[in-house]
Amino acid sequence: MPIYSEKVMDHFQNPRNVGEIENADGVGELGNPTCGDIMKIYIKVKDDKIEDVKFKTFGCGAAIATSSMVTELIKGKTLEEAEKISNETVAEALDGLPPVKMHCSNLAADALHLAIEDYRARKEGKGPIGRVETPEHDESDILEHT
Amino acid sequence: MHILDLEAKLKIINFDHFAATSMRQEVKEAMDPFFINEYGNPQSIHALSDEPREALARARLQAADLLNATSNEVIFTSSGSESNNLAIKGTAFARMDKGKHIIVSKIEHFSVLNAVKSLTKLGFEVSEVSVDKYGLVDPQDVKNALRKDTILVSITHASNEIGTIQDIKEISRIVHENSGAYMHADANTSCGFIETDVKELGADMLSAAPHRFYGPKGTGLFYLKKGVRVMPLIDGGIQEFGRRAGTENIPAIVGAGVACELAKKELKDRTAHLLPIQKEIISGVLSGLDEVYLNGHPEKRLPNNINFVVKYIEGESMLMWLNNNGIMVASGSACTSKILKSSHVLSAIGVDPALAQGSLLISLGQDNSLEDAAFFIKELPGVVNKLRQMSPLYEGIKKENKAQKDK
Ligand code: FES
Repeated sequence: MPIYSEKVMDHFQNPRNVGEIENADGVGELGNPTCGDIMKIYIKVKDDKIEDVKFKTFGCGAAIATSSMVTELIKGKTLEEAEKISNETVAEALDGLPPVKMHCSNLAADALHLAIEDYRARKEGKGPIGRVETPEHDESDILEHT
Repeated sequence: MHILDLEAKLKIINFDHFAATSMRQEVKEAMDPFFINEYGNPQSIHALSDEPREALARARLQAADLLNATSNEVIFTSSGSESNNLAIKGTAFARMDKGKHIIVSKIEHFSVLNAVKSLTKLGFEVSEVSVDKYGLVDPQDVKNALRKDTILVSITHASNEIGTIQDIKEISRIVHENSGAYMHADANTSCGFIETDVKELGADMLSAAPHRFYGPKGTGLFYLKKGVRVMPLIDGGIQEFGRRAGTENIPAIVGAGVACELAKKELKDRTAHLLPIQKEIISGVLSGLDEVYLNGHPEKRLPNNINFVVKYIEGESMLMWLNNNGIMVASGSACTSKILKSSHVLSAIGVDPALAQGSLLISLGQDNSLEDAAFFIKELPGVVNKLRQMSPLYEGIKKENKAQKDK
């Protein structure tokens, strides 16, 4: 049985919206303390809608696929709609992820939320937020010798 | 993981022989009769047991021959991990009246590191000796770590990650000259590819894994020098000289025996076949890509191991792309490990955790050729560049370089 679903493989091999946006309205950059990976999401916002989105990811196959999926899910959505996207939404849209890889989808969803937060902070003259380390998450799926 | 592009690339290149090797035809043929026709239990008295008993004795002789031991010094276990556990826990339980101190290196396999970790919960103390940047243990460090109550020193003969070969002979000499401790060599990665002569190595115990050298899974070898005592981990009948109870897995043992015989016969040819491929890959990759480094020792290394660090990208995504090109590799990155921790071996040789994420681990075997090496060298840069283009780390570096140029 393959480790990853076909959807994951598709997004891994043909990632959508890779790149940077110059003069982005919001940037979410997250470092993952579990495995040291980094995800960066750029958004361009117009009339409260996400007009364009791009990402860069240093991470595993699941991390690349989840970032790609997040960008696809939010493109053209209102900020309010985009904010509702959680890591479960992303994982479901990819037909599931192995338990040990769920934290990669956390990373993607968190980076998105951070980009929106950054957009708002900038608008209020408080931004940009810069790079953030995600909090340690539940590692109950991780097998370790105790 | 499926390969989407199956039609385009039909050939599968296995560059992950440390995970699994295909059994040799001779091995399988030798095993075949013992599943259905010669299914007897070697411990019975009646005629059904005759052939299995003889086969068991033959396999033990073949294994002893490879290790330069006598056949009553060879114990069949279920795996390399079991052999390592038997060496460590078996010694600990047999000798706890003499002391509770054990020495290992920082780059041991988890079947060693986790075995000693379990023992610490029972009051044993463990010293982990460091290695240099090539992964070499300094025998003097072992000497300095020895104590009056040291009962065992266990060092890997060759690393399953970076391929570095240790000077077991010298370490054994130092251990025996300066203490009453037993010396165990974990040869689970080296056996079948380089000499594992127990007399030459001077070890009291040695573990080996025939499935790594074209034998069947489900067996392990354990050399226990005459007069050295370990407590069994599995108690029961008198199988394996009372050191490892349980009805013998005769088909697997027979296969292991043949794999040992083949290894002994072919050892030199194997090196002669593997070395040029290894050399080709190392020089091809290092010259074809920037910011790639070789881990492990340049010379004192197994002929079938290569370990690179590719900067700015992560190992699993590299592995997945190579997989799609028909090339099967492994990685020591945190993301590929089931415990999301990067390789303890890479960290022991001083590789920065961010760099260790770009770990690429290749292990060669009988089915590899120079053409495989050429194909890999041709495919890798495309994979690396694709992932680097996507990496926020590489982006930062590019900007830094540009800023420096602009200055
Ligand atoms: S990003 Fe490290 S496991 Fe997915």
